[in-house]
Amino acid sequence: MSDAGENGRGGVMHWFRFRGLALCILALAGLFCLGPVLWQGVTSIKPDEDLVRLPPIVPERMTAAHYERVLFHSSLVRSLVNSAVVAASATAVAIVVGGLCAFTLARLPIAGKPVILGLVLATSMFPPIAVISPLYLLMRGLGLRDTLIAVGLTHAVYALPLAIWILTSFFRQLPGELYYAARVDGCTPLRALLSVFLPLARPGLAVAALLVFIFSWNEFMFALTLTASDATRTAPVAVALFPGLYEIPWGDIAAASLVVTLPVAGLAVMFQRHIVAGLTAGSVKG
Amino acid sequence: MTEQPSTGTRQATRAVRLSERAWGYLLASPAFLLVGLVAVAPIAAALWLSLHRRLPVFGVEEFVGAWNYLQLWSDDRFWAACRTTLYFTVLSVATELLLGFGLALLLDGLTNGAGKSPRWAQVMIVVPWAIPTVVSAQIWAWLYQPDYGLLNYLLHRVNLITAPIDWLADPDWAIHAAVVMDVWKTAPFAALLLLAGLKTIPRDLYAAARVDGAGAWQQFRHITLPLLMPVVVIVLVFRTMDAVRVFDAVYVLTGGGPGNSTETLSIYAYKTLFQTLQFGYGSALATAMFLIVAALSSLYLLLLRRHLQEAT
Repeated sequence: MSDAGENGRGGVMHWFRFRGLALCILALAGLFCLGPVLWQGVTSIKPDEDLVRLPPIVPERMTAAHYERVLFHSSLVRSLVNSAVVAASATAVAIVVGGLCAFTLARLPIAGKPVILGLVLATSMFPPIAVISPLYLLMRGLGLRDTLIAVGLTHAVYALPLAIWILTSFFRQLPGELYYAARVDGCTPLRALLSVFLPLARPGLAVAALLVFIFSWNEFMFALTLTASDATRTAPVAVALFPGLYEIPWGDIAAASLVVTLPVAGLAVMFQRHIVAGLTAGSVKG
Repeated sequence: MTEQPSTGTRQATRAVRLSERAWGYLLASPAFLLVGLVAVAPIAAALWLSLHRRLPVFGVEEFVGAWNYLQLWSDDRFWAACRTTLYFTVLSVATELLLGFGLALLLDGLTNGAGKSPRWAQVMIVVPWAIPTVVSAQIWAWLYQPDYGLLNYLLHRVNLITAPIDWLADPDWAIHAAVVMDVWKTAPFAALLLLAGLKTIPRDLYAAARVDGAGAWQQFRHITLPLLMPVVVIVLVFRTMDAVRVFDAVYVLTGGGPGNSTETLSIYAYKTLFQTLQFGYGSALATAMFLIVAALSSLYLLLLRRHLQEAT
């Protein structure tokens, strides 16, 4: 580790020679990645009159009017609550149902596991548009159209493949001896899962829950189709359909965008390492 | 290591096995039930709907067999949507993979393959990924705004353009504007997955190659690239699938316009279903799209098969 500079992988450093140049390129990439978000932040605190002129890039005057408007005089807060309810229940359902299925795939001798895992993967590749019209008719038939239940249930099912995939790989990492020991001690498979595996797989469960939550919070097409009123709209739908009477209220949209993004971006930054671990589970070893 | 059961207990073991299997089906059944109800049954129903002419507005509902599919074959707008989807997919996935690869190599090089990436680099990678697609579309719509959008202003400042360009109103620019937005959202994440893959390559290999006199390019060509191939394939598979199905990003950014220049298959199907309320024809479009994606994904599953077997 001491002569790390000489051991640079693939010798990329030999191409750049200077660490400084690499850092410069990286900084440019960083500007490209974060610039648009920062600009949205700048937009959200500029008064309306200043939004229709450039320069200045750095705001000369600041205002909280946009935030005040979207938080107190629009249905955005309602949408945020809806999104939280939908995402939390979708996460709960996907983790419970997916966890049971993943445990089976990891530990129990059922037939055709590769086929099932393949199908799980295939389901995650479904184009949502292919099911949207029958799903809409089904929810309407069940009297669930324009309810949060319809959106939450749909999100749970479409997040299932992800949950199953991640949890299966986490359960597989736990030693099989634990399972046999629990069985010999007279546990049923379900009891073995609940009292032996679940506590040990807690990190895996957290990662899966995080990813399902982010997926559901951000999902747009199902939420747009299955809801029809302010009372049930989720946050992304609210941001997409932001009302403009005469012209587009860019400042309000910017403020609403940041408010909607904050929870998921915060989670993602805090748990970045775990998210990568989860998404690469079973695909990248190590 | 589990011990082989001795002959004396084999009978008992078999009984346990059977009930274990029963337990397996029992525990997995809620997942199968939910997927069946909300994913598989609707696919079948879409197929059924696509054999009907169904216009709820006019109370029309009749069985027309393959008529919708014949219609589809001669529908120019469908083929245009196919071309748009293909163009969008190839261009954005290729760019994402290249940029992501470059970024991953850069970060890996900076940390000498072992250390943590700097905190701000992690943030810059994970934020675009976590942002709701709808929000990213709004962010870019504002950047592309012709009169006081930041993009035109900056390009004007560095003298690349003389008159403002209305990016989203020009059919030639609009699709590329959508590609740039998609690349912005997903390239950093491709980098993240590739970086995770790079870190699994044993560093001794490079040391050994250097002893044998291999240069930087040779090390990349004969160690990095082949060992990273599985991850590249995975990124390619998942990004292609997302790009082919693209809906919300483009729908919110351009609504499929101007004209139909950014209308992807998903957007065309969605508009047919929920704007003109042609449930039969829309379902045919959606089913066609399902078949295209199914064909693509079985191709990809074949590619991934080795991986899948390893995981099982």
